[in-house]
Amino acid sequence: MSSADADADGSSDATAAPGGATAGDPGDGDNGRYVSGWTPYREWFRDRWAQGGAAAWGTALAHLLVGALLFALVAGFDLGSLPIGGSLIWFLYLSLTVGVLYVATAPPAEPYVAWLDERWMESDVDKLLIVLGHVVLVFFVFAVALGLPFNGLVGALASVFFFTAVYAMMVLALNLHWGYAGIFNIGIAGFMAVGVYVMAILSGSTDPGPASVPGLGLPLPIGILGGVVAAALVGLVAALPALRLRADYFAIVTVALSEIIRITLKSTALQEFTIAGITTGTGGATGITMPGNPVRLLFYQSFDAGAEPALLGSVLFPLLEGLRVTLIPPGSSWLGIVPLPAFTLDLAVEPAVIANLAYVLVLAAFVALFYVLLVRTGNSPFGRVLKAIREDEVVAKSLGKDTNRFKIVAFMFGCGLMGLGGILWQGSQGFTNPGAFRPIITFYIWVALIIGGAGSNTGSVLGGALFAGAIWEGPVYVRRVVTNFVEFGDTPGTFPAAVAPLIEGKVLPLLSFLLANVSALRFILVGVILVTLMQRRPEGLLGHRKEEAAAIPLTRPGGGDGDGIGEPTAAADPVADGGRDDAADGGAR
Amino acid sequence: MSSEPGGADADDATDTAVDTPAAAAEGARDAAEHPLVVEGLHKTFGGITAVDGASFSVAEGSLTGLIGPNGAGKSTTFNCITGVHTPTSGRIRFRGDDITGMAPHAIAQRGLVRTFQIARELPEMTVLENMMLAPKGQAGERLSYAVVPGLRDRVVEQEEELLERAWQQLEFFEIDHLAEEYAGTLSGGQRKLLEMARALMTDPEVVLLDEPLAGVNPTLEEKLLDRIHELREMGNTFLFVEHDMDVIMNNCEHVIVMHQGSVLAEGTPEQVTSDERVVEAYLGGDV
Repeated sequence: MSSADADADGSSDATAAPGGATAGDPGDGDNGRYVSGWTPYREWFRDRWAQGGAAAWGTALAHLLVGALLFALVAGFDLGSLPIGGSLIWFLYLSLTVGVLYVATAPPAEPYVAWLDERWMESDVDKLLIVLGHVVLVFFVFAVALGLPFNGLVGALASVFFFTAVYAMMVLALNLHWGYAGIFNIGIAGFMAVGVYVMAILSGSTDPGPASVPGLGLPLPIGILGGVVAAALVGLVAALPALRLRADYFAIVTVALSEIIRITLKSTALQEFTIAGITTGTGGATGITMPGNPVRLLFYQSFDAGAEPALLGSVLFPLLEGLRVTLIPPGSSWLGIVPLPAFTLDLAVEPAVIANLAYVLVLAAFVALFYVLLVRTGNSPFGRVLKAIREDEVVAKSLGKDTNRFKIVAFMFGCGLMGLGGILWQGSQGFTNPGAFRPIITFYIWVALIIGGAGSNTGSVLGGALFAGAIWEGPVYVRRVVTNFVEFGDTPGTFPAAVAPLIEGKVLPLLSFLLANVSALRFILVGVILVTLMQRRPEGLLGHRKEEAAAIPLTRPGGGDGDGIGEPTAAADPVADGGRDDAADGGAR
Repeated sequence: MSSEPGGADADDATDTAVDTPAAAAEGARDAAEHPLVVEGLHKTFGGITAVDGASFSVAEGSLTGLIGPNGAGKSTTFNCITGVHTPTSGRIRFRGDDITGMAPHAIAQRGLVRTFQIARELPEMTVLENMMLAPKGQAGERLSYAVVPGLRDRVVEQEEELLERAWQQLEFFEIDHLAEEYAGTLSGGQRKLLEMARALMTDPEVVLLDEPLAGVNPTLEEKLLDRIHELREMGNTFLFVEHDMDVIMNNCEHVIVMHQGSVLAEGTPEQVTSDERVVEAYLGGDV
């Protein structure tokens, strides 16, 4: 706020303004982290910008012009006859430049940033709302840019929130392992696979048709419980011998176990087998059919594709499919003089999207459950011992804590939750195969944890949301938006073919190539984000490990503040103050 | 062999207990007990014998010093008692039970708690979290109690009691102003205080102090010793490993001198310092 005020004051205080702006940069801890050669230029720019009026706009326009000339030279455009694609590129360039200017010269954005910052500090719920709100906002922009109907927007949001929820669950479980107990588990996908496959075998239909292997046909709750327990037991099997190992060796054991599980599920030996007269199996590489998602039964009478709507469906579907609000009826006019165009707000949502959205709501409830469970686990004497193990296991042992028991219980609990998360994720899709449990899934979950911040449960949920929104779904929509606006022609098939036209000054083939491979580019994006994060904020967004491990707030009992009770002690013992100083000296030596 | 030193200690300890102002007839009877007894302790690492038949005992309510030159086997003895090492042979008894070779946490749970030579605070936990970690028998250390709604109430109740005790202990050690700081930000001396306060949160019967004064300046040293004396008067028992002869001689009523892996002499500070073998082997010209 202070810097915004300084800027508003105008030119008289121009020299102070950049400093104020820098110091006022809200809480991101960005100060002094700019590349040193860049800073004087940035400050000069802020200075000019802060003067307002002609000076500011003159500078901005000069930048635009210089940039445009450079761009034109590099791109080799004939300035007289721009191709239509080129003009859109120009448009893109201009918006990009304006955007960069806007960000580089923080003042205009500052009230917003300050507001965000204020809200951000309020509570964990606010943090979550801010992140989710921005995800909704960005996807709304995408939907508008793509000209998607409301149905498309809801569908896109259901998809991104699906991934947000499943990643949040998995990251929460991983946070118990790594953030609290310091157990280096890189075999998450394996524990998910155990949960999903055991569930599928227990609850799979006994007569699945020719394409799939039969299951045992038990009720779904038993299947889910079985899957969770199986994942926890596999966790126990991994933990018993392996927790004696150092963290890095334990990591190798978990990733190896995860691959063993995946390859076992893929093997033809277990594809279909008969035990005690019951035939079942893993389905091998072709995969296995999941039991129907019960959320579908809320809306349909059966799991079949063309099923009739059930009660809730028969009420909701016609209501939402025909939801169009006529704001301005046709033929209306303003005061009977100026004719107005007809305008109808189209809020129609299709049945399939409604069912998806309902499942996302169920997932949200599970995220809440995971969150409460893990916050309770963390904020308790149990979580305190886990933290102590993470910090220094020898100390925990010397204070009489049976650290192996704690590690095993925490590991099994986390693995069980991973199994449940897997069931809700891969098990909800009707069908899965071992390919869904490659180690890359494990590493995606780790990336989400690192973004959110290890040690923080709220950070885990935020990490899941940011990973799903910004890294997983975001780039795909960016591609859709860009390809919607720019005509690329043929996309080159190879990287050399994409780069070669650059010599002739053609950038479109490269752009087109990059966009076509956006899902592969996600890996690069992940890398860039990790490197940036490690440099600038190694603890992740919220990972100060600040969540106190206690069932009650750790403040002085009786509500008195520190000084009130502390002083009599100090007064009674004259050595106290001297002792404190000395204690500080002792450490400084 | 094993009973002899024990008997001798009992006499010494009885004398000293009577000397302390707090002691009554009841105290004298308790002092006859020796909660910690080490018998013929051997520990070899490959071909090197670190402890070679050490036998001694620690009297109830005493402040017993364990000294010896570098390499005398003090630390190894210490680690054998606390379960970090398993003795090659010999027995360690605590309250009459054989605790030889037990896991460190099992020994600590019985009330035999150690501190470390270099303070090992848990840096990314607050001072209060460090303190509240220590107490034994916390219901909330079971996952079910931590998570299940009805059971958690009991955990919350217990946490309130523990918090109260933690504050009292921090006030006693005069580090209550640091309660909400991360332990990693404390100075070296404050860490020593925290370490001792944390060990006492376990309600130990015997505290093993591994060079609690190493790297501590004289003023803080005095403060730590004051605390130890106060706690001893409250009935705690201490075994005190230390290099500094003066500290041991001025503060402990019973001293065990180790040399080359075995006990060279033991007795009151006066007895030990007048022992020729001790003067020869360890003290040299210092005293």
